[in-house]
This record gives sequence, structure tokens and C-alpha cells, in this order.
Amino acid sequence: MCGATEGGLALAGVNAAKEAVIQGQVTRAGEPVHGAYVRLLDRTGEFTAEVPTSATGHFRFFAGEGQWTLRTLAPKAEPVDKVVHAAIGSIAEVTIPV
Amino acid sequence: MTRENSLVSAQWVEEHLDDPKVVLVEVDEDTSAYDKGHIKGAVKLDWTTDLQDQVRRDFVNKEQFEALLSGKGIANDDTVVLYGGNNNWFAAYAYWYFKLYGHQDVKLLDGGRKKWELDSRELTDEATNRPATTYTAQEQDLSIRAFRDETVEAIGVKNLVDVRSPDEYAGRLLAPAHLPQEQSQRAGHIPTAANVPWSKAANDDGTFKSDAELQKIYEEAGVDFSKDTIAYCRIGERSSHTWFVLKELLGQENVKNYDGSWTEYGSLVGVPIALGDEKGEA
Repeated sequence: MCGATEGGLALAGVNAAKEAVIQGQVTRAGEPVHGAYVRLLDRTGEFTAEVPTSATGHFRFFAGEGQWTLRTLAPKAEPVDKVVHAAIGSIAEVTIPV
Repeated sequence: MTRENSLVSAQWVEEHLDDPKVVLVEVDEDTSAYDKGHIKGAVKLDWTTDLQDQVRRDFVNKEQFEALLSGKGIANDDTVVLYGGNNNWFAAYAYWYFKLYGHQDVKLLDGGRKKWELDSRELTDEATNRPATTYTAQEQDLSIRAFRDETVEAIGVKNLVDVRSPDEYAGRLLAPAHLPQEQSQRAGHIPTAANVPWSKAANDDGTFKSDAELQKIYEEAGVDFSKDTIAYCRIGERSSHTWFVLKELLGQENVKNYDGSWTEYGSLVGVPIALGDEKGEA
């Protein structure tokens, strides 16, 4: 499988010690936004992956070490960019208000 | 082929929702997405079970494809409009697959499911019932499908286009970053392949860029349009998206999709691999 499950893939069965996880939630006025699209851009701004948010507004990526940008597209909202740092064996948590 | 006969807009689809000769087909990487909501009248194809042989690593054969389309109520003279999530990756894969088996009139919904959702257009969970047909497929058109040996022979000879993200190309990642990175293949790319990520061909909302913009992107990356081209990615779905751009939008003659892609190439014994951001030597 090579595509995005809503909210991102569950961590169950994944060896998190070998992954640089970036995850979080998209919100609007404090409420979760379902069906937003979060894209992961690399340090040059190039697209690396994208997932639609889950019913609870959540998303998850398995990145590499370093700096990434999360670009969030949601209906009736301007795109929002947020810089995040990822490291193998850790989980970077991000909240994105749109 | 041109944009006019291979791509339709969301507006066009809304205007043809009740046209019995237009069949909407949703194909998602997340095979449960359709069940939660789809465009009215759309049927679902599950790429993991409907389009893949369940034992060997290969496609379903001609007879299985005929049975599949007959069961979905798709006739040979229907206009098939494919759409899906992930910027149409799997819809483009299905488009290429329909062409492989000779379906004449097939189109992609520009922007796919994402554009449809971002436009706040209607989705339904209503079941679609189309009466069964008797579909007849053609033998596979191997002029659009590349296999491993011709891909190895293409090193330094034909255009090889690696459409994965720059980090996958360089070997810093082994899979698109919405998937865990622990994989069994070697990392890197096929020497002499140009890295033109599929995403360069699409706008943020998933729609395709203009022909002039597309032409420039590939030329600047060193793709020589006077040569034959083989596109690949990890499992052949993102490269279907690029195959669609090169063959159907830009009208290039000899473009093949290598569906074995990196999961096959990166597991082959003895083939050359280049690491890092440079193309590497033949």
C-alpha cells in the first residue's frame, strides 16, 4: 500500500524507535477539522507526502531526520504552513489552527 | 491524446451525473474512503484486490479484468471517468490500467477527490447499482508497460524519470513519508534517472498544471523529448500520474510505466544503484 489512510497510519505494529514521526491535529476555533489535507514538504519545499485528516482532525507522517514544513489545506481556509523538526525515535506533536 | 479528451473538470462531472453512458469510478489508496462517501453514481475499484493478482506479483489477467468490469456494469462503449484520493495517484494508475487493456474512452477527473472535497461538492454513501455487462478487453498493450530488463537496458540510453520525492530518490527515505520507513529494498535510484517528483506536475489542489508549465518542468530536468521514456516510482502508481502527463497531456509517443518500480528494482541482485541527489553514471 502506498497511499494515505485518513489520519495517517496507526502506530500499532510500527517500530517507532526506527521512525521519525510527525503527527498532530488540525483545528478551527478549537474544534477538530475532518477532511483537511496536510502535506509534508522537505527542506527545499518539495512535496514528500500528504494525508487527509481523520474524523478527529488527526494526521501522521513517518519522516526522516531534520526540518520539514507542514502545509495544510482545508475547505474555506487559506493554506497554513508550519515548520517542524523530526528525529528518529521521537514523535513531533503539532497543532495546526486554520 | 490531449487534455480535452483525457481530462474532465469537476463541473463537467456534475453536469453528467445522470448520464447513463458516463461511469464514474473511484479508486483510492485508502480502500475504505469510497464507503464513507463518494460521488453520486460512482462505482468502486479496490486496487489491492480488484487490480492485483492475489498470488503472484502481477495484474489480473484479461479474463479477470473482463469479469471485473462486467460485474461493475461497465460497457466497452462507456465513458469511464476515474477519480480518487492522493491527488489521483491510484486513479491515474487505474487509467493506465484501463488503457493497458484497451478501453477507448477513459478520462481523469482533474484534481480528483481532493479538489471535489475542497470545493465542498456533494458526496453520498448511497449504494450504486449498475446492471452487469459483457465486457471484452484487449490483450495488454505492452507499448505502455515497461519490465525490469528493458529498464536496466535503458540506463544511459532512454529517459528514465524517477517521480518519487527527492529524499526517496537520494536514498534518504525508502517510502513516501505517510508510510513507515523500514523497508527491505536498497535505497537510491536507477543511475541516469532524472528526478521529477510527480507533484511538480500538480497544483496544491491536485489539478494538473498547464501544458506549457509541464513541458518546461521536464525539459529543465533534462528529459529529452526526442527519446523514449520510462517512468517509475515505488510501486508504479505515482509514475502512472507522470505517464499520464507525458503521454496523455503532452502527447509524447513512447512513454512506458515501469510498474515493478523501486520495490522490484531495489531488490534485484547485481543492478547498479546511484545514491544522493546526482543522477549518477551509466
